[in-house]
Amino acid sequence: MDGDICATATTPPDSDPARKRRVHGMLKLYYGLNEEGKTVDQAESMNPCDINGTHFDPEVYLNKFRRECSLGELMDQESCMVKQIRSLDSDMQTLVYENYNKFISATDTIRKMKNDFKKMEDEMDCLSTNMAAITEFSAHISGTLQDQHAQITKLSGVHNLLRKLQFLFELPARLNKCLELQAYSQAVSSHRRARCVLQQYSHMPSFRGIQDDCHAIMDKLAQELRQKFRDGGSSAKDLSECVELLLQLDEPAEELCDKFLIHAQSRLETNLRGLEAELRPPLSSGPTSVIDPSIGPARRLSAAPTAGSPTDPTSPGNPFLSSSSRTDILEFIDRGCNEFVSSLCLVIASYQELFVNRPQEGNLASKNIPQMAIGKLHAFVDAMATCYFSLVERRIQEEKSVGDNSLLVRALDRFHRRLQAVAKLLPGSAVPSQGTEIVVRAARERIKQYLAALQSFYLDSLRDVRQALAAPRLGGSSAGGGSHLAGSATGKDAPASLPELLSSLSASILNQIKSVLASVHLFTAKDITFSNKPYFKGEFCSQGVRESLVVNFIKFVCQSSRQFCESAGDRGGSTPPALLLLLSRLCLDYETSTITYILTLTDEQFLVQHRSPVTAVAALCGEAREAAQKLLKHYVKVQGLIISQMLRKSVETRDWVNTIEPRNVRAVMKRVVEDTTSIDVQVSLLYEEGTRKAHSSDSSKRTFSVYSGSRQQTRYAPSYTPSAAMDTNFLSNIHKLFSERIDIFSPVEFNKVSVVTGIIKISLKTFLECVRLRTFGRYGLQQIQVDCNYLQMYLWRFVSDENLVHFLLDEIVGSTAHRCLDPAPMEQSVIEVICERG
Amino acid sequence: MEDDAPVIYGLEFQARALTSQTAESDAIRFLVGTQSLKFDNQIHIIDFDDENNIISKSVLQHQAGEIWHISASPADKAVLTTCYNKTSESRVVTCGAVWRMPPEWESGSHESPDDPHNSHNPQNLELLCHLDNSSHGNASCVLWEPMGDGKHVISLADNHALLWDLTESSTQATISSSATLEGKGQLKFTAGKWSPHHNCTQLATANDTAIRGWDLRTMSQIYCIENAHGQLVRDLDFNPNKQYYLASCGDDCKVKFWDVRNINEPVKTLEEHSHWVWSVRFNHSHDQLVLTGSSDSRVILSNMVSISSEPFGHLVDDDDLSDGEDNHQDEKTQEPLQDSIISTYEEHEDSVYAVEWSSADPWLFASLSYDGRLVINRVPRALKYHILL
Repeated sequence: MDGDICATATTPPDSDPARKRRVHGMLKLYYGLNEEGKTVDQAESMNPCDINGTHFDPEVYLNKFRRECSLGELMDQESCMVKQIRSLDSDMQTLVYENYNKFISATDTIRKMKNDFKKMEDEMDCLSTNMAAITEFSAHISGTLQDQHAQITKLSGVHNLLRKLQFLFELPARLNKCLELQAYSQAVSSHRRARCVLQQYSHMPSFRGIQDDCHAIMDKLAQELRQKFRDGGSSAKDLSECVELLLQLDEPAEELCDKFLIHAQSRLETNLRGLEAELRPPLSSGPTSVIDPSIGPARRLSAAPTAGSPTDPTSPGNPFLSSSSRTDILEFIDRGCNEFVSSLCLVIASYQELFVNRPQEGNLASKNIPQMAIGKLHAFVDAMATCYFSLVERRIQEEKSVGDNSLLVRALDRFHRRLQAVAKLLPGSAVPSQGTEIVVRAARERIKQYLAALQSFYLDSLRDVRQALAAPRLGGSSAGGGSHLAGSATGKDAPASLPELLSSLSASILNQIKSVLASVHLFTAKDITFSNKPYFKGEFCSQGVRESLVVNFIKFVCQSSRQFCESAGDRGGSTPPALLLLLSRLCLDYETSTITYILTLTDEQFLVQHRSPVTAVAALCGEAREAAQKLLKHYVKVQGLIISQMLRKSVETRDWVNTIEPRNVRAVMKRVVEDTTSIDVQVSLLYEEGTRKAHSSDSSKRTFSVYSGSRQQTRYAPSYTPSAAMDTNFLSNIHKLFSERIDIFSPVEFNKVSVVTGIIKISLKTFLECVRLRTFGRYGLQQIQVDCNYLQMYLWRFVSDENLVHFLLDEIVGSTAHRCLDPAPMEQSVIEVICERG
Repeated sequence: MEDDAPVIYGLEFQARALTSQTAESDAIRFLVGTQSLKFDNQIHIIDFDDENNIISKSVLQHQAGEIWHISASPADKAVLTTCYNKTSESRVVTCGAVWRMPPEWESGSHESPDDPHNSHNPQNLELLCHLDNSSHGNASCVLWEPMGDGKHVISLADNHALLWDLTESSTQATISSSATLEGKGQLKFTAGKWSPHHNCTQLATANDTAIRGWDLRTMSQIYCIENAHGQLVRDLDFNPNKQYYLASCGDDCKVKFWDVRNINEPVKTLEEHSHWVWSVRFNHSHDQLVLTGSSDSRVILSNMVSISSEPFGHLVDDDDLSDGEDNHQDEKTQEPLQDSIISTYEEHEDSVYAVEWSSADPWLFASLSYDGRLVINRVPRALKYHILL
């Protein structure tokens, strides 16, 4: 309160807003509108010292002041109070005055209102009397108009009926006019409107007449429409209009479908015929297909604009078609797509619009047209597509040259892509899947062609190698290699060629495989639409490329190599031995690395997922190794045969009983050593040395024991028959018994020593067999001794185990001695002298 | 089924010539001729007792020379021919002769083989006649008319084929006709075979790499398989049951089967040996069994079902029909009866130059290697029963 009072005291009374507010607050108080600070008020209101409170007690207030304040303060307080009272007084006066003014003006207003109301009352009375008059009139009018209204309604009904009747009676004429003007749709709609009525009142002759007339006209109209429909020259829009009208005319939908389809068929067949015409090139261009790859680039260039331009490729103005009778496959497919497939799509679309998707109205709905129509459409599309596919397939089959695969792939891609449109238009159709099948078949066919190409390439390379081998060898071997010089010359010629030939052969084959893989890879490229088909993701990669192409090719290589072994032996070894050796090495290389490399490459490139079982690398390697083994074996056989033949002839053609004392080593033995040397050189070019047993220090010098007398063979272990005679020559038998039994025909290993050993074994065995067929005189035996010693001097170094040579030569000399009439062996020293003399 | 172990017999001398005693149909008997330049050559008559697995032998002296070829008369057990080397004045000549075994030889056959006297005092062969062909060169082999009466033989001498008529007692031989192989170079027959078919009017010979057929009535060539083998042809044999089928073997390590009506290609080729094949023989009764001997010291018995005269598996079919199991039958008939190697015999340690089936027991054969070892073997029982049943 102090604050309040102080504030009141301190603030000048003329500060209006504050004062006004306070006055306002007091008024509020007065009227009990206590809206703010109620609680405060209540708290304060109990205070008897609150001068503004309701419980203000002046006594208490005064006492309080008197007790608490000094005189000065009391004085101040008193003056302040006086001031306040004064201001309050003036406030009150102002209020009273204001209220009075307001009261006065209110009284004036009320008085004025009183006057106005009186005037209004008079006007209202007037209005109500007028209204009453109007009501009276209105009732009067309606009363008079009542019966006329009913008549008018009736009249207008009659008027309508008459209009309809007029329409009916005019209908025939109208229809005729429409017919004349070819406003078919109008005619049909008119007729449809009248049809029911006519139908209903057909029992009345006049209506019947109209109906008959209408029928006749409509029949004519339908006839005309059909004619138009049949003519086929009309545009698709016209056609669809026709169909719609005919449908409305209750024409059977099936028939219409059929007709529509037949019409479409004739158009599509024109397209097909166009395609077929391209398919059958003039006979003269038949051979040109062979050189197709050579003209390929030019044709492709010419094909590109044709493919890109939307112009009709059949237009005579097209220079590319007129210039050449034969189109390449891309162009062909393009044409097929642009003409046939787009026409087909159009047909499907319009057909569907006409028959399938049309809003079903009236009685047409009941006939289940869409189902029937869809069925027909499917049959039609299938039939047409079959024709088209057969053409495409024929064209694809003509695509024999494997020069450029991208063209084919692009063509197939386009072919496949365009068929997707059909798929979209006709969801249930088998056409796209058939198309995919064609693509798949084409891909398969392609793989086959590539395999064939690879095979022929391989054979060609082999022929080249053969020629290359024949050229230098002619000089060396056909001249007979009479001297050491000739032998070494062959040896020197060969090193330049054999490994080089091998590496170039294997490199070119590998390159060819790689390029074929790259070509085939196009089929699975990402931007090709059919590459994501399951076939191309799975089977094509694993069964097609890996198995049919790569694995089959490797198998072919092995197989053709093996064939060299089989054919050559029969009819006079036509395969040069060097080729056998080279192929054997090739197969061995395949076994060790190439096959793994090729297959890994394939698997990587094609991301082969082996869902179906595939040929294991190991199996292929095994096959290659087998082929290598067989080739090498055959090589040994062929080379052994050549040397054997020389030895055999030399033994057979000589009279060994009456020969002269040996003075020289026979030339044939020198030749044998030379040939063996050159074989050794040849083999060493392609095969590693291999292991051999340690040589004794004097390998070249060894004495052959000649068992004079009867060299009787033992019974080693006769199981049942006891020996009939005691062995006369224990030494020989025991020697033979304890010297390791040497397997003359052990399998050949992949190294030089083993190969040469094999050849020497075969040769010496032949020598032995030949010797056993002859009878020798003393000098014959001695000659053989000399020869064997010579062979011993030179051959030991080539073989893995020199004991083998010893054994066989021993055996030869022993057998000779046994077949000698007068076995008197030559002194070893003499033999050595003769041999060293050469 | 356990098969019997092979029976081995050893000769003292080297040997190449082996034949079965063709006229003998009861006893299993083989004749072996030895080759020795220094000692008297012998003919060993080897009897095999199948039940006891015992060999008994008799030795006859063949003093004329070392025996290169031996052949027994189809009519008379005691008569045989040999081709032998005769050395005189540093010339070696091969001759042919017809011999008769002394009638007593059989008496000694059952003596103990241990008895040294038996082998050291053998009896001599009785010479019936020489197939004198000094004008025709060296005889390589003498062939009896198959299943004949022992009156006709053919000898092959260098490039001549000589047909001899023997008198009743075989003591005299006259050349009735001859054929000569003309050509450049020194042509020489290496082997020959008298065909048992066509009424015994055909002969097949081998020279170098060619096989020739001859008509004995006109003594003219009827066919010639040039380059039948890559190298020398060593032996021939006729299929006893299929008249046009012929087997040959040679230095190219192959055995080939020919249909002489189509001589461009062999019907079949076997390539199992690793060295020259010296001898090939069809089994007399079951011609799918083919025996070959080679200088790789092996004897191979092959089962050439695909070209045999016996229809495959028809007996099996009968069995199955009685069983009434169709499935089973299908399986059996479809089961490929393929040509196969039945067995490879490795008892020899030297080149095998001759193999021969027994004329008495079709399941038994002998092979002879150069070191004088004769091995008698049997067809494996399993196969035997398979063929029989």
